[in-house]
Amino acid sequence: MAVSTLATASQPARQHRRRRGLAATIALIPLAVVVVVVYLGCMLWTVRLSFSSSKLLPVLDWVGVQQYDRLFANERFTVSAINIGIFGVLFIGGCLVLGFLLAVFIDQRIRAEGVFRTLFLFPHAMSFVVTGLAWQWFLNPTLGLQKLVRDAGFPSFTFDWLVNQEMVIYTLVIAGVWQAAGLVMAILLAGLRGVDEDLWKAARIDGIPPWRVYLSIVLPLIGPMIVTATVLLAVQVVKLYDLVVAMTRGGPGIASEVPAKFVMDHFFERNNIGLATAAATMMLVTVVAALAPWIYARYIRAAGRQP
Amino acid sequence: MSSVEPSGRRPRRVGIARIGVYAFLLSAAAFFLLPLWIMVMTSLKPMEEVWQGNILAWPSSPTVQPWIQAWSAACTGLECGGISVGFWNSVRILVPSLVLSVLAGAVNGYALSFWKVKGANILFGILLAGAFIPYQVFLYPLVRMFSQAGIYNSLAGIVIVHVVFGMPIMTLLFRNYYASLPVELFNAARIDGGGFWTIFTHVLLPMSTPILIVATILQVTGIWNDFIFGLTFAGRENLPMTVQLNNIVNSTQGERAYNVDMAATILTALVPLAVYFLSGRWFVRGIAAGAVKG
Repeated sequence: MAVSTLATASQPARQHRRRRGLAATIALIPLAVVVVVVYLGCMLWTVRLSFSSSKLLPVLDWVGVQQYDRLFANERFTVSAINIGIFGVLFIGGCLVLGFLLAVFIDQRIRAEGVFRTLFLFPHAMSFVVTGLAWQWFLNPTLGLQKLVRDAGFPSFTFDWLVNQEMVIYTLVIAGVWQAAGLVMAILLAGLRGVDEDLWKAARIDGIPPWRVYLSIVLPLIGPMIVTATVLLAVQVVKLYDLVVAMTRGGPGIASEVPAKFVMDHFFERNNIGLATAAATMMLVTVVAALAPWIYARYIRAAGRQP
Repeated sequence: MSSVEPSGRRPRRVGIARIGVYAFLLSAAAFFLLPLWIMVMTSLKPMEEVWQGNILAWPSSPTVQPWIQAWSAACTGLECGGISVGFWNSVRILVPSLVLSVLAGAVNGYALSFWKVKGANILFGILLAGAFIPYQVFLYPLVRMFSQAGIYNSLAGIVIVHVVFGMPIMTLLFRNYYASLPVELFNAARIDGGGFWTIFTHVLLPMSTPILIVATILQVTGIWNDFIFGLTFAGRENLPMTVQLNNIVNSTQGERAYNVDMAATILTALVPLAVYFLSGRWFVRGIAAGAVKG
């Protein structure tokens, strides 16, 4: 396939380039197919179906926003939406705070730094299914933590969050933070290590206590890394599914349902395609709305600033 | 992260602050280790002990019976072949998915960074934006298309899904890596008459080891830990280990064998954990780059 002559004249050179470009174009066909068929095509198809009356099989009639009316009247969906809000705020907040603290403490010239780093990050290697099952077992009210404390001499101790409708969503937060805080630590630690050593010397000479330096100077300096971590965590929030399925199966009742699970159940178990696609479209709209400011700040405004 | 001891700030003598630092780190370590410890302890106990004893305690009569049962006899509903069935399914899904997705990413990244193809960057932009969109938006149409094509509930189907949804991050990884290489290298190869594929196989691939490692770690852990694609596309015959594990634990009728459940859970986590402990810093680079895919 290689063209072996060195192009000297302009006419062959242009041909040359064009021929080379052809191989590159052909090589990119799979990418083009994936983008057009899967990313664009499937997305539009899903949005289109959300305006149809599809039940068990997809039909392409037009019923306006009827599915959306049903969706917002559906208690399971509103519970899911509220749950993902609670989970998102607490999970992202928890991971950022714990991850930042871990990074700061690891940054204190400690012994066995490698061991601590390894320990804080290992949960991230494991799937959400494993994470969910591990925490489900630990928080099991009859055999887990509650029994442990009761046996230790506090017979009235109660920790039944896993089976408590009011509290079950917080058990998902605990498991999620356990899984993901190490990632934040790894990202922020890299940021802390990039902070100029002279800054610390100057702060010490001025007699500023380290915690103030961290809060007032270092934290703004590693801002971009905090933004990166937040985006990564936010993506995980939207995708939250495996953890719920493994840990609570959406229960007790519908207390820990989330939108991704709502969509999956209505597609594949309840055969309600119209409602499922409407819920999927709501997820899409939410993500686009949340991403738009970030993409604008990161790419469009930043690109405009360049000379 | 470097092994060279930095100068400058030196640890102060052992004081309250130092004790505080270690107290925090040790309690954090306990928090992170606790579930793993409990899983291992439970998996080594006979069920009588699980019912009576405390979850933290060392087994008084340790047994590997739950592990054997988890591997070869645990039941998902009617079938009782153990988690090993899912393990081998995961291997069969992993190998082609890994090879194809890394290869696709390398070719795409190479074409995007060195060749000027009209409209390619717009396509790539859409692909990357698509990586942020929840899978639920794509799943149902894909299921329809796959069943039309006769590859729904098949190994081919699940492999294609992994390649498709691995494409954004794989392409990004390789594109950024190749963009960091000196362009003179590429120009020299062109002057020597290298074509698209010749330059790729003879010049760029041999230089790609670091990024191939990162991409492999990312895809091995990502594909192994996948649940939603395996559940949706693999079919009963090919259910990956994560799905089978969830079926064993969460669909058990009657009395649950927590010790077997925990042994099966640990077995499922072994492959990504091995990747994590063996690859060390590469893993961090991989997940930091690839958390986009989730």
